[in-house]
Amino acid sequence: MMTKKTTKGKRVGMTGDEAVANAIAVVNPDVVAAYPITPQTIIVEHFSDFVHDGEVDTEFVCVESEHSAMSACVGASATGARVFTASASQGIALMYEILFIAAASRLPIVMAVANRALSGPINIHGELTDQTVCRDTGWISMFSESAQEAYDTSFLAFKIGETPEVSLPVMYGLDGFILTHALEGVYPLDRDFVKDFIPERQMVHPTIPGNPVSSGLLALPDYYTEVKYQQELAMEEAKKVIPKVFEEFGEKTGRHYSMVEEYKMEDADVAFVTMGALAGTTKHVVNKYRDQGKKVGMLKVKTYRPFPGEEIAKALKGVDAIGVIDRDLTFGSPGPALYTDIKTTLYDYKDRPQVFGYVAGIGGRDVLVEDYEYIYEQVLKNKGTEKSVPVEWIGLRK
Amino acid sequence: MTSTEDLKNVKIPPAKELIKEKDRLAPGHRLCAGCTAGTIARLATLVTDPDDVCIFHATGCLEVATTVYPYTAWRVPWFHNAFENVAATASGAEAAYRSMVKKGKLKKVPDIIAFAGDGGTYDIGLQSLSGALERGHDFVYICYTNGAYMNTGIQRSGGTPMYAATTTSPAGKVIPGKMEWRKDLVAIAAAHKVPYVATASPADHRDLMTKVRRALDVEGPAFILVDMPCPRGWRFDEKLSVKIAQQAIDTCYFPLYEIYDGREYVLSRKSKTIANKPEKKIPIEDYLKGQGRFRHLFRPEKRDDLIKLFQEAVDQEWEYLQKLVNME
Repeated sequence: MMTKKTTKGKRVGMTGDEAVANAIAVVNPDVVAAYPITPQTIIVEHFSDFVHDGEVDTEFVCVESEHSAMSACVGASATGARVFTASASQGIALMYEILFIAAASRLPIVMAVANRALSGPINIHGELTDQTVCRDTGWISMFSESAQEAYDTSFLAFKIGETPEVSLPVMYGLDGFILTHALEGVYPLDRDFVKDFIPERQMVHPTIPGNPVSSGLLALPDYYTEVKYQQELAMEEAKKVIPKVFEEFGEKTGRHYSMVEEYKMEDADVAFVTMGALAGTTKHVVNKYRDQGKKVGMLKVKTYRPFPGEEIAKALKGVDAIGVIDRDLTFGSPGPALYTDIKTTLYDYKDRPQVFGYVAGIGGRDVLVEDYEYIYEQVLKNKGTEKSVPVEWIGLRK
Repeated sequence: MTSTEDLKNVKIPPAKELIKEKDRLAPGHRLCAGCTAGTIARLATLVTDPDDVCIFHATGCLEVATTVYPYTAWRVPWFHNAFENVAATASGAEAAYRSMVKKGKLKKVPDIIAFAGDGGTYDIGLQSLSGALERGHDFVYICYTNGAYMNTGIQRSGGTPMYAATTTSPAGKVIPGKMEWRKDLVAIAAAHKVPYVATASPADHRDLMTKVRRALDVEGPAFILVDMPCPRGWRFDEKLSVKIAQQAIDTCYFPLYEIYDGREYVLSRKSKTIANKPEKKIPIEDYLKGQGRFRHLFRPEKRDDLIKLFQEAVDQEWEYLQKLVNME
């Protein structure tokens, strides 16, 4: 999002994937290890051009699978190197095992996720489930609404993850095709900005010659709990660091981000809450309702992990009812990812809205303005009910 | 170092000098008595410069027994990621070291050794290994094979010998242990046309150390398969580990050889002696009868039929290897 429109530089047309590749080329990491998967391919293709044209110093490891991509990232990051990868869907699922190890080893690997629905049935289109299922891996997890935001988040991710007291890997999503393949004007940054914004990575115990440190040890019941708790502390630390990093970025670029973006929330009675590219459409819908004099607003959750619960609760104070729109799935659970987190969070607050959940846009299905109108009607209809209202699948043909 | 001739001339310091070196793997680790994994790791790392080596490790016996938090037995930089991915992990680190060299942060890429067992290599780690060999990373992959998943309790792997009883290929009333011959992992590695592939054994420690040094000196990936007798899994008296490794060489079940550039096969001293004097080759039965994992081939009744099949398979493999060695 851009609360203040920047005038810095000249806008350049690029797709979301190109934006990520361009940003990473500006960052010029030490190692990139990646494997191609739709809709992430343009990122690795475009970045390979930079490598083969000598525009970056990066060692590009063209691995034979996503499992090896993440494994190589772990090996590279363990030496103290600055490391990037990108993937999607099945690729994320394949590297799932190593995601936990990356986080537990406190390695600030940065990964772009071209969010795509998971098989089966096989489907290459946009959906956030590939990233929401990583919520317990220990990674910092962010989403973007636009190619510009994905571009900017590439820089933010390195800065946040490599902050010594955080030292966590960061994944950031951009909706498959909707962002990855759509052309957009993006304000670019340059290497001078990176030099100033992202200091050289400082690792306490790198695996380098002459430093006889063992990392990745077996921790049994006597130590495992404490090691894992340190990860929780790191997430708490990230919650403090992220707003500061966003602020500094805003000062330097004129583009301001926050863990939760509030859009026309000041006097809202009803609000939509969502993540990723859906936020763009949601803003359009909010504007439409505002034109009609209806007090509707939107919350966009940018940082999914660490989850900004307090900020969400604060933003929803005084709101009567919300419709949480999830472009992700869970089965047999109380509801999809964002919905359950928000409901759990709000339970502790007296002044809280009623929460209704909607699954929309999965497998790349378009979420139309009419769908929002339907959701809005449902929220109004159910508002005040004392019954539990099940999560509804929007546009489902029964 | 690039030329094969140079590589063949790589020598290690004499024993009287090596013995003065401090072990890179300290005593006090938790490997079983008689375990040769520790022997192999000590020998392999003794020919490295402790200030110029980094070890990467797959999950396995050697890993869990040497690094129980908050302790470590390793006196050199050591990193463990997961079970099936040590080749990929070492790939990433090697790429990072290259990047550091490029940026002037490191003088040279250090010696990199990736250790993994047979389960982590023959089976679940094969793809990761193949990818790393194909990409040409400058590292040495040492697979210590005890022919089963010993760390999880002696389950069958692709490296398990035919007829061996494991907990997932037990000697049953109908099926006498594992029915398949082990995978030819050395040939698979060599098929990548990497500059150096070898087999080694704790029964020839100087040969093992020399091979590790050659593997480290060569530019590009190198692979060494090391026979690793396991008293617990193979069921033999722990004082016999090295003797059993010697039998594996003498029966030609685990011949020692090198493969340069994936094409030139060279027999190592002990196996060359047998090739020159075939009467020195001992029957496989001698090897089988000393190990509890093959007990069902001898009791309650002797299975001459199976022992004969095993012998034929060993002979075939040995003859084929000699053909490869003698190929011009």
